[in-house]
Amino acid sequence: MVPVDHYLWLSLALFTIGVIGVLTRRNVIIILMSIELILNAVNINLVAFSHMFGNVDGQVFAIFIITDAAAEAAVGLGIILAFFRNRETLLADEMDMLKW
Amino acid sequence: MGHWLAPSVMRLVLPLLYAVVIVAVLPLLAGYIVLLERKVMADMQARLGPMRVGPHGLLQPIADALKLVLKEDIIPDKADRLLFWLAPLVSVSMALLAYAALPIGPAFLIADLNIGLLFILAVSSLGIYGIVLGGWASNSHYSLLGALRSAAQLVSYETAAGLGLISALLMAGSLSMKDIVMAQYDQGMWFIFYVPIGFFIYMVGSIAETNRAPFDLPEAESELVAGYMTEYSGFRWSLYFLAEYANMIIVAGIATTLFLGGWLRPFASYHDHMPGTSIELLDALPSLLLLGVALYCFFLAPKQPVKIQKLVMAVVGGLCLAIAGVLAGALFASPAVLQGVHGAFWFMAKVFAYLYFFLWFRFTFPRYRFDQLMRLGWRFLIPLALVNLIATASALLMTREWGPSLRLTTILATIVTLVIAMWLAKNDEVDSAVPVADGE
Amino acid sequence: MGLNSILFYFFAGLAVASAILMVTRRNIVHGAVYLITTLLATAGVFLLLQAEFLFVTQVILYVGGIMVLFVFVIMLVNLDVSLLQYQFNRQRFVAGVLALALGAQVFLAIKTGQNSLFPQARIPEVLPKNTEAVADALFGRFMLPFEIASILLLVAMIGAVVMAKRKV
Repeated sequence: MVPVDHYLWLSLALFTIGVIGVLTRRNVIIILMSIELILNAVNINLVAFSHMFGNVDGQVFAIFIITDAAAEAAVGLGIILAFFRNRETLLADEMDMLKW
Repeated sequence: MGHWLAPSVMRLVLPLLYAVVIVAVLPLLAGYIVLLERKVMADMQARLGPMRVGPHGLLQPIADALKLVLKEDIIPDKADRLLFWLAPLVSVSMALLAYAALPIGPAFLIADLNIGLLFILAVSSLGIYGIVLGGWASNSHYSLLGALRSAAQLVSYETAAGLGLISALLMAGSLSMKDIVMAQYDQGMWFIFYVPIGFFIYMVGSIAETNRAPFDLPEAESELVAGYMTEYSGFRWSLYFLAEYANMIIVAGIATTLFLGGWLRPFASYHDHMPGTSIELLDALPSLLLLGVALYCFFLAPKQPVKIQKLVMAVVGGLCLAIAGVLAGALFASPAVLQGVHGAFWFMAKVFAYLYFFLWFRFTFPRYRFDQLMRLGWRFLIPLALVNLIATASALLMTREWGPSLRLTTILATIVTLVIAMWLAKNDEVDSAVPVADGE
Repeated sequence: MGLNSILFYFFAGLAVASAILMVTRRNIVHGAVYLITTLLATAGVFLLLQAEFLFVTQVILYVGGIMVLFVFVIMLVNLDVSLLQYQFNRQRFVAGVLALALGAQVFLAIKTGQNSLFPQARIPEVLPKNTEAVADALFGRFMLPFEIASILLLVAMIGAVVMAKRKV
């Protein structure tokens, strides 16, 4: 039997890796993928606790999070495509058209 | 019966055995489906098809397989080696994994998952990565374009096919493949008669999902050489090939299970025993029919002009006789054996009937243009599937609340859906007269 | 150690390893493949937690839907020049240290609160049938969030179409 805190460690590891990815990478698509990783880490927590307490509320929340991730990916990738068409770049620190 | 045949051991051993059988038989089956395809194509075009290797080309698949294995395995210089190596493996392993939940008979299934159907859909939706990554890793424009087309097509038609399946799921009320078949037994009706439009949608969707003509744009040879497979050769190419045919059998298996009653024989809920015995008349029918076919073959054999044709005719007759013998022998065995043997027979018969439709379509319809394909998917099939779903659900609700028979309400739902389908098709015609310029 | 534990540590190791590879790879397509591996490993963890429906949702929606979208967009925009550029931004050291500090903080929080956070860790012997239970919850108590989520998806769909269109 795997103790519940091991699920938390796994989740924490994935979450931290995701945060590092968001904060340090320049490529927007990698940043978006790191955000997906963070959302996924949260799902592990929710499902682990859902299993521990023996009801499915956590799993329902995880489904909502997946829905949210889908919406985010659709809009985010749409923005990336539009930006790429105008500026021919994928780097986050070159997306500075609003800076004076 | 030794102790090693205890139920707990058998529960592990039998699925393993089935898995080995399926993995071993599938490549051979795929090869012979290719031969069947070539023969059907030849027949429809008034040709003979492969005739050289073996009698009537019966050994052609084995020759093809040998050729493919011995061919030089080329990896393009600028290709992404890891993904180039991985992609065909993903394709073929996902196609094979889906067989884990496909019930070929009441006992002949590897795992009776309570999410069986969803598992198959999930696993086969992963197969797309084999195509997309393979196309990208080849580092060739033809491959990449084929892969992109394929990704767009699969995502679009998966939605439509899935929505078509849900209408049958509503009738079954379960996701376990076994329970779905048993629901059709209990209701005394295959679901194709309740939701014919759902079946139609799934059929079109499944042709598109397996990249078959008339929706074979990802590998349209006149435009893209061979699509995502352009840079592949030899063994890797044959893995893709195997995956494609394994996927065809999978979609045929899903359609058989959900709409055509799985391993059940026609009129499965109708039991009519022959006088004096426990043998059911309808169970005996296939062996009698096959016996008739065998006798007809033997009758024709001496009349063939060429010696080899006489031989082939006799062999076909003998084969029919053998199958009839096995089916008839099962009649006298225990009910479990009877169900297993006849279940596998009916299942395979239905799968091959479905596959024959695939071939028929391929040689009948011209290939779609890409924008036509997308329009058909998004503006006709998906709205139609949604309407069909709502109508089916309403029919079920009406039956449950007011109590007219399900047969009546589903016919009503089908008529309503058909009317809306006509309206959709009419609107589509007006729009599609001029090809839409893509906002350039 | 039972089979469950072995499988859990296998999936966990796979998830973490490919997550690290995902964040560090230069090639975006490789990154996407490693993210897919992580997601599939997580789906395996869900399966071990007897959340079968969520396992299938994760595979169909996340891996078979969202990630296909990612790969699709990557192939549309893939530039060979982007492979030659610096992959990490200027604040990478500060940001990395801060992220690790955040991780350490959460680690300490869980470690110290381990006994008070989840004292009554008990797993019921017989769990309800997963798909039915999820459906009951989703269409019963969580009906309103469910509808809101569907509106969110609709908005996202319209937004994506507007974003991706060349001319509005």
